[in-house]
Amino acid sequence: MLFNYLLRIADTNLIMSHRLSEWCGHGPVLEEDLALTNTALDLMGMANSLLQYAAKVEGKGRTEDDLAFLRREREFFNTYLSEQPNGDYAFTIMRSFLHDAFDFHFYTQLQTSKDETLAALASKSLKEATYHLRHTSTWVQRLGDGTEESHQRTQKALNELWRFTDDMFDTTDDDKKLIADGIAADLQIVKANWQKTVTEVLSKATLQIPAAAFMQLGSRTGKHTEYLGYLLAEMQHLHRAYPGAKW
Amino acid sequence: MSNDTQGALWEVFVQTKPGQPHKHCGSVHAHDKEMALQNARDLYTRRNEGTSLWVIPSSQIISSSPEDLGAFFEPANDKIFRHPTFYVLPKEITHM
Repeated sequence: MLFNYLLRIADTNLIMSHRLSEWCGHGPVLEEDLALTNTALDLMGMANSLLQYAAKVEGKGRTEDDLAFLRREREFFNTYLSEQPNGDYAFTIMRSFLHDAFDFHFYTQLQTSKDETLAALASKSLKEATYHLRHTSTWVQRLGDGTEESHQRTQKALNELWRFTDDMFDTTDDDKKLIADGIAADLQIVKANWQKTVTEVLSKATLQIPAAAFMQLGSRTGKHTEYLGYLLAEMQHLHRAYPGAKW
Repeated sequence: MSNDTQGALWEVFVQTKPGQPHKHCGSVHAHDKEMALQNARDLYTRRNEGTSLWVIPSSQIISSSPEDLGAFFEPANDKIFRHPTFYVLPKEITHM
């Protein structure tokens, strides 16, 4: 139960980190290239710690590398949002912003978890998430309230990504038990805070939240969009081709 | 410069510890001051280099020119009495 909950958080960090690392060497300017890869490294660090902890909780002798590189698509529990391809810069920024606003409020709640390891990891990540959110919310405002073209691209990104936002707050019955036990973060509270932040920033950015639309749910139980398989093929290739490779 | 879309140049100053001076460490491109500050943070403090940052538009820095060399700096060459080498400093003073 806790194992699966840890995978949800770890996988979202891992997959988002991989997506951001795809920008390495391709950022629009040197400074942003480095900013995105800095964030990717923060997320990777969190994924690493959480997968280590998950492996320990599972108690079957698997390592964090086994969990990252030897699971299949349906055994990953990352959010739909995190696996979406980078698109243009506005798309990447919007995807990160929606995610970072979640992370910020999520870790704020998780800090008070009765699970001491989770609480400690949450406090550490909250500092990083605070910066990530600051970085992406200023970019959302800059692009949304920028030129006609940047506004249009950012609005389009928001329209395309919005249907994946409810998915971040999806919970299984096991999650609900963990929430009741004070171990997992209460996603109802996270959602209310997330909506507040997102509404505020998007309104400053002169962007319109899409009117009530279809919301795609399912990643919490291991369902994915068609993009995750390709991402895993690339991410896991080396480890599968050279099992146990070290550097 | 008309094709340059990376923004204006900003000079970055990092303070390594509270109480120490902010030292120039390089520059970044940015379109506004918040972006300049964030870019400076991402480029120059990622290995624990600092506790405080300043960014200043490069265009706002007034600099002496090479022609000033003689008039500005050479007159100090023969004024050794301006160096604090003629008296003993207390041990506690470490940042002279």
